[in-house]
Amino acid sequence: MLPELGHFALILAMLLAALQAFFGIAGPALGRDRWASTVTAAVAGQFVMTVTAVGCLIASFVSNDFSVAYVAENSNSALPLFYRVTALWGAHEGSLLLWILLLSCWTVAVTFGTARLPQRFAARVLGVLGLVSVGFLLFTLATSDPFLRLDPPAPDGRDLNPILQDPALAIHPPILYTGYVGFAVAFAFACAAMLEGRMDQNWARWTRPWTTAAWSFLSVGIALGSWWAYYELGWGGYWFWDPVENASFMPWLAGTALIHSLAVTEKRGLFKSWTLLLAIVAFSLSLLGTFLVRSGVLVSVHSFAADPSRGIFILSFLIVMIGGALGLYAWRAPLLKSQAGFELAARESFLLFNNILLVIAATTVLGGTLAPLVADALHLGALSVGTPYFNPTFMLSMLPLLALLSFGIHAKWKRGKLGERSRTLLMTFIAAVICAIVLVYGIYSHGKVMTPVAAALGIWIVLSSLIEPIDRIRRGISLSRAVLGMTVAHIGLGLFVISVTAVESFTLERDVAMGLGERTAVGNYEFRFDSLKQIEGPNYSGLEATVAVTRHGAPAAIMYPQKRQYWVQRSSTTEAAIQMQHGSNVFIALGDDLGGGKWSLRFQIRPLVNFIWLGAFIMAVGGGIAVTDRRYRLGRQPVAAPAAGVAPERAG
Amino acid sequence: MTPRQKRMTLVLGIVAGVSIAGALALSAFRQNVTFYFDPTQVVAGEVPAGERFRLGGMVVKGSVQRSPGSLEVRFVVTDFQHDVAVSYSRVLPDLFREGQGVVAHGRMSNGTFVADEVLAKHDEKYMPPEVARSLKKRQGGV
Repeated sequence: MLPELGHFALILAMLLAALQAFFGIAGPALGRDRWASTVTAAVAGQFVMTVTAVGCLIASFVSNDFSVAYVAENSNSALPLFYRVTALWGAHEGSLLLWILLLSCWTVAVTFGTARLPQRFAARVLGVLGLVSVGFLLFTLATSDPFLRLDPPAPDGRDLNPILQDPALAIHPPILYTGYVGFAVAFAFACAAMLEGRMDQNWARWTRPWTTAAWSFLSVGIALGSWWAYYELGWGGYWFWDPVENASFMPWLAGTALIHSLAVTEKRGLFKSWTLLLAIVAFSLSLLGTFLVRSGVLVSVHSFAADPSRGIFILSFLIVMIGGALGLYAWRAPLLKSQAGFELAARESFLLFNNILLVIAATTVLGGTLAPLVADALHLGALSVGTPYFNPTFMLSMLPLLALLSFGIHAKWKRGKLGERSRTLLMTFIAAVICAIVLVYGIYSHGKVMTPVAAALGIWIVLSSLIEPIDRIRRGISLSRAVLGMTVAHIGLGLFVISVTAVESFTLERDVAMGLGERTAVGNYEFRFDSLKQIEGPNYSGLEATVAVTRHGAPAAIMYPQKRQYWVQRSSTTEAAIQMQHGSNVFIALGDDLGGGKWSLRFQIRPLVNFIWLGAFIMAVGGGIAVTDRRYRLGRQPVAAPAAGVAPERAG
Repeated sequence: MTPRQKRMTLVLGIVAGVSIAGALALSAFRQNVTFYFDPTQVVAGEVPAGERFRLGGMVVKGSVQRSPGSLEVRFVVTDFQHDVAVSYSRVLPDLFREGQGVVAHGRMSNGTFVADEVLAKHDEKYMPPEVARSLKKRQGGV
């Protein structure tokens, strides 16, 4: 009964979303304010229906109802309760349901957040969000119904993919999707502004916190996915430039450009049409990401449950949404001319460079990701593009970005002078270069060509980000949340750059065949393969090795890498043993029985690798702090927007 | 400089930057794409000599051989028309199994495909699309 109820709730949700879209968009257009006021009711109804549908599916999972095809395919009676719940988004149908649920949550949040905005504008925002909801609900109902019944019911389920039975991956999709879907809000604000034909600095102030919040979620989501790939896939890498990873990274790059260009639009009323375009692009890339991941058109290490027929639907949806938005843009953007000018070395210029470089980066990633598709469509053969392409092209646009960042945060709006800051900036630069040289040649005594350059840039970003807050504290000026958030996010970026540089330059790895009692040395570490024993979990059995680790001859750790064999899917997973030692991660993965009493083992020493994810997390925290800035709060609208002159705050 | 000249400098700078980036990206792209071939194409000599490429197909049942005690592993990849022997000397991925689809990166050397990376897919019903496509083509041709 519950699955039918869920299905029915989903249909109702779609009808309500259609009402929300119609009243939200047609109401203001026809000047019927009463229509616009019914939008809120539709939003609430859609939310209740969506929650009901999700609740029904969770109930089916928890009660092991294997007459539901989706449950039978992604769960098992031996699966622990926690994973029976998270199995909801373990495959395609449930992931879409999650998308819809999160979009509905964002919509409810927007309803509250826009309660004090002009009613027509708020209605239009909700209307556009309703359109997106309709698209996804229609897609789910037409091609990927999670409530389909099996007749006769399956005796037991086929179990959740074992590599998804992991705490980090259990929470990765909801957070990542919250970010993805959050760009729908920026998109809706952009479309509403175009429908109004009016876009001022207030608009940017309304849009910024939503965009920054979505961006923060996306950052955490990507970092979690990368962390998971590091310890679960057994290869010990943190980024593979895999299509699915790129799919989440492209919206992140566009979103990063968007939050910076929004800053200019808010402070100076410039870059208006560019900001609109970026909002459309960021959301389009989120949709494209869904298309790439869900249609199975690309060969990927992460893609589960792929089906080309669904691709056609998403592609049409993509064309309607993006085509519609771009059409609106072509029609309305010329109305939104920016008046003010700025000098070449003003902050606006640096933010422009930031945008250009981020867009170039997103474009090169997009090119590399889509090239196999294009080549295949044109019958040029099946080709693949990997790290050797992505690494250098990505660096090419990122290095100048990192180099310009420190200037950008200290440049003044409008006028091209660094003023008294130029000396402090120079001093931090010299300090950063010295630190980098000491780090690279003093501690590690070697490195690649780019190692000192990238390390110096990373350190410089951290140091120069601190100038402003320290200066303000010394002079007793309060530090706004916006400035604090920007500082924290940039420090996170600096940390990220430093740790990526260290990992790329100083990683040591070896695959070795070892028998019991044998030793292997990797760098300063020595590993002794002590013993091997059988283990048993709730739904798997496996082997656990005991490896004694010494550093410079002194005992450092005993580590226990596992290899698990999951019963239902008869597939094995590598549970690498990982420990942080003196800032480096020691990683041991147990491979196969090689015969002759030998086993294959993979050893890796990755310096600072934990700080990659920490850096990403700090960036997200910075975003979170900036969102809570006073000027975004409800009821705190200045009567008149500051004129296009110098803004009082120097926030980014 | 007049504002107009400044704007032009900025625009020219951007255009130059973008085109340099584009040119470099394109050349990185040309040097770094790897093409996919199935065993029939390999046997027919369609692969340019010495080029790194991806080989895809099914791992022949019973073909996986290890020299005891070493990482070196040998197996045969087939598209049900032709076979190619593969050697690999790193840790195999979790889902590598006989009778399943596999994609390996590497080069031909003395009639053997020496792989430096082996990718196996995650679940039993799923096959790498390119492998599925080429198997379909080969089987349809029988």
